[in-house]
Amino acid sequence: MGNYIPSTDLQQQEMLKEAGFSSFEDLYRDVPEELLLKHELNLPSGKSELEASKTLRKLADKNKVYSSIFRGAGAYHHYIPSIVTSVVNKEEFVTAYTPYQAEISQGVLQSIFEYQTMICELTGMDVSNASVYDGAVAAAEAVSMCRSPKKKKVYVSEGVHPDTMKVIRTYSWAYGDEIIPLALKDGLTDPADLKEEAACVVIQQPNYYGVIEDVRALVSAAHEKGIQVILSMNPIAMASLPCPGEYGADIAVGEGQPLGMPLSYGGPYLGFMAATSKMMRKLPGRIVGQTVDSEGNKAYVLTLQAREQHIRREKASSNICSNEALCALTASVYLAAMGPDGIREVAKQCCSKAHYLAEKLEEAGLKRRFKADFFHEFVTDCQEPEKLIAKLAEKDILGGLPVDGGILWCCTEMNSKEEIDALVQEVAQ
Amino acid sequence: MKTLFERSVAGRKCTILPACDVPETKPQETREKALRLPELSETDISRHYTQLAKQTFGVNDGFYPLGSCTMKYNPKVNERTASLEGFTEVHPSQNAQGCLELLKTAEQYLCEITGMDAMTFQPAAGAHGELTGLMLIKRYHELNNHPLRKKIIVPDSAHGTNPASSSMCGFTVVNIPSAEDGCVDLEKLREAVGEDTAGLMLTNPNTLGIFDKNIKAITDIVHEAGGLCYYDGANLNAVMGIARPGDMGFDCIHLNLHKSFSTPHGGGGPGSGPVGCKSFLADYLPGEKIAEENGKLCWQPRGDASIGAVRSFHGNFLVVVKAFTYLVTLGKEGVPMVAKNAVLNANYIKHLLEGTWDVAKKGTCMHEFVLTLEELKKETGVSAMDVAKALQDYGIHPPTMYFPLNVHEALMIEPTETESRETLDEAAAAFMDIWKTIQENPESLHDTPHHSPIKRPDEVNAARHPVLRYPFND
Repeated sequence: MGNYIPSTDLQQQEMLKEAGFSSFEDLYRDVPEELLLKHELNLPSGKSELEASKTLRKLADKNKVYSSIFRGAGAYHHYIPSIVTSVVNKEEFVTAYTPYQAEISQGVLQSIFEYQTMICELTGMDVSNASVYDGAVAAAEAVSMCRSPKKKKVYVSEGVHPDTMKVIRTYSWAYGDEIIPLALKDGLTDPADLKEEAACVVIQQPNYYGVIEDVRALVSAAHEKGIQVILSMNPIAMASLPCPGEYGADIAVGEGQPLGMPLSYGGPYLGFMAATSKMMRKLPGRIVGQTVDSEGNKAYVLTLQAREQHIRREKASSNICSNEALCALTASVYLAAMGPDGIREVAKQCCSKAHYLAEKLEEAGLKRRFKADFFHEFVTDCQEPEKLIAKLAEKDILGGLPVDGGILWCCTEMNSKEEIDALVQEVAQ
Repeated sequence: MKTLFERSVAGRKCTILPACDVPETKPQETREKALRLPELSETDISRHYTQLAKQTFGVNDGFYPLGSCTMKYNPKVNERTASLEGFTEVHPSQNAQGCLELLKTAEQYLCEITGMDAMTFQPAAGAHGELTGLMLIKRYHELNNHPLRKKIIVPDSAHGTNPASSSMCGFTVVNIPSAEDGCVDLEKLREAVGEDTAGLMLTNPNTLGIFDKNIKAITDIVHEAGGLCYYDGANLNAVMGIARPGDMGFDCIHLNLHKSFSTPHGGGGPGSGPVGCKSFLADYLPGEKIAEENGKLCWQPRGDASIGAVRSFHGNFLVVVKAFTYLVTLGKEGVPMVAKNAVLNANYIKHLLEGTWDVAKKGTCMHEFVLTLEELKKETGVSAMDVAKALQDYGIHPPTMYFPLNVHEALMIEPTETESRETLDEAAAAFMDIWKTIQENPESLHDTPHHSPIKRPDEVNAARHPVLRYPFND
């Protein structure tokens, strides 16, 4: 068994004695007798590192690792450059706490400052926070930013990821907001449905079904009614489609996982949040700012802390404390490694390959469900989706996700033409 | 140090992707706005981050007694198991029997350690867990037709996240002052509870590092008044395998896997804040539950009573892999040994400092204790901040400063069990050395640290004139 306790048994006994205790039990003299656990924990005995490694490998081996993946639906399979993995495994970054002590945390603070800058660049917004838990929570936190005593209504497009919808509903239920879902028409959110005054509307671009929404029309309809726009957007798509800033969004949020994070059965992922400077002080969570030290040298610190829980307690803009700093670092290194041309190339390949797949699937008999433009995901009709997916699995292919009696397909730069052709061949048979 | 943007050279790049092998298709509407990402070679990036890493103090850079944060060593085997392809290359919607088995077993182990009946891994951090736990309480009162129960009682020594989470959940916060000994004042609690009480949030041991002897009486008072009791698991490291929140009368809890269960903090996340509860609250948990059908594990909806979801998919799965690896390594013998040594180390270093430094609360502490520099400041002008910064020059990460709020000039010290006697002795010697300097030349403490990459930063300027992104000369 292992426990990572360096003091030897002898040292432990000496320390107990020196500190005035007769035994380990004596350390717990303040715990009432009836509360002390009387039985041994019902856990297996501890294992050596070798045994623990084997146990975990066995579990990992029970999961199927597909050689080709055509599924996105909120979690995307992209290439992760080696430099990303190498940097984010540096143990200073891995093991540090939130950088409260600026003097000895300049590295992590600067990395967050650079992350904020790159998120602003990507989204075209003025100001970014240091991250939240994931894209769904980012959307729910953005709704909180728009709330006012007079406006409690929140429009949410049904084109957002189902988990985003659920999380917004849960957060809003807890606080007491009213959610008005906006049904899709032919795969698109209808600007005419924004009928009454509300705090905000949440839109996803491209939406869950891969369709490119007419965000400009939605933004202008919303702003006409005094409704703030929260745009949840795929960060890769931002290199190709107009960015949230160009669309006129008030808050841009999204799932940052495509920026260098592996699928990992759903996490850790990264919620990014950026807003117009007008909303800066409403952003939740950590924000890093540039300042100077007492000798006038450039320095970075956690700033605008008057918004935060440790200062404002029940009046804070959010309860967030730990966020997803290492995932934010991952996104930064990913964006630095790809550069502007690289990220545009990823976007181009995603879009091109998805369109190639859609065309080939249509030839193989799977018709695209919505006629509107799409980016790298699309829905096809399918007679027996589950059966097709099972058949593809046998060929080591993770097919699209069965949704609403069809299949939601996805392509990224990872899918070669050869792979796509192989998939289509299976579908056609 | 230069930023990535200052290192950028137009036209420089890494070669990562092959050429596109299908005909090019562009969306009908495209981005016009410039995209000013840095243009760098792999060498540039590698050196940049190596330099940043050198200006970051991690657990392996030295003693890290940051109170309430449980900065224990992060075992390497956990990192290795969490990077197995069988975990990292798995889509969240995939049928992944290994992931399901791991989550199910982790739930069993953690329920056993905490005395709970069911658990969700959706919450991604401690504060997220608190919010989730409070939602369970809200749901309970909602479904049991208690519309008036809208108040959450929080002691003044609580973490700031407790009241903030309560507000996010639509509750009103009732702060109650602690008694002389830092524990809950039973009289004040009795006065505070009533027909409007939704619940109580408590850390035990509390933020002064004291195990509240009256804990059963406390939870009884709240239960008799019709409220529920929430356990903030931030300080579980002191008692895991020794005493269980479930036996103390708590109805729901959150754990910080990134504290007690050895997963790294990542400079501020990703963490994991699983929420456990007694069976009567289990149907309210968010996300789906793991069930068994025809010998296979699967996700199953929890039903209409569930609060819904607090995060996408299944939470920070890889963090759970790390914590699970830790639990497999520790086993039933290791878990209580961790707690005992965490408490031993705290009491040992407290013993070394006591007599010279002023401990806020005398007597046995649990995994942490708090120094108060109130008197010292009056006499010498040296503040908790000054001492914290001076410690940096000794290669020690400062303790938590100015917390809890009910202690003035507080320094909260939590050594954890993964520090050796030698490290504790050296840290105590550093404190004594600083004490000596305070007596001889207190003024010299005001401009510490002397050896860090920067001097003390101007935080007021940062907040008044926010520069939150690289300015690009625009």
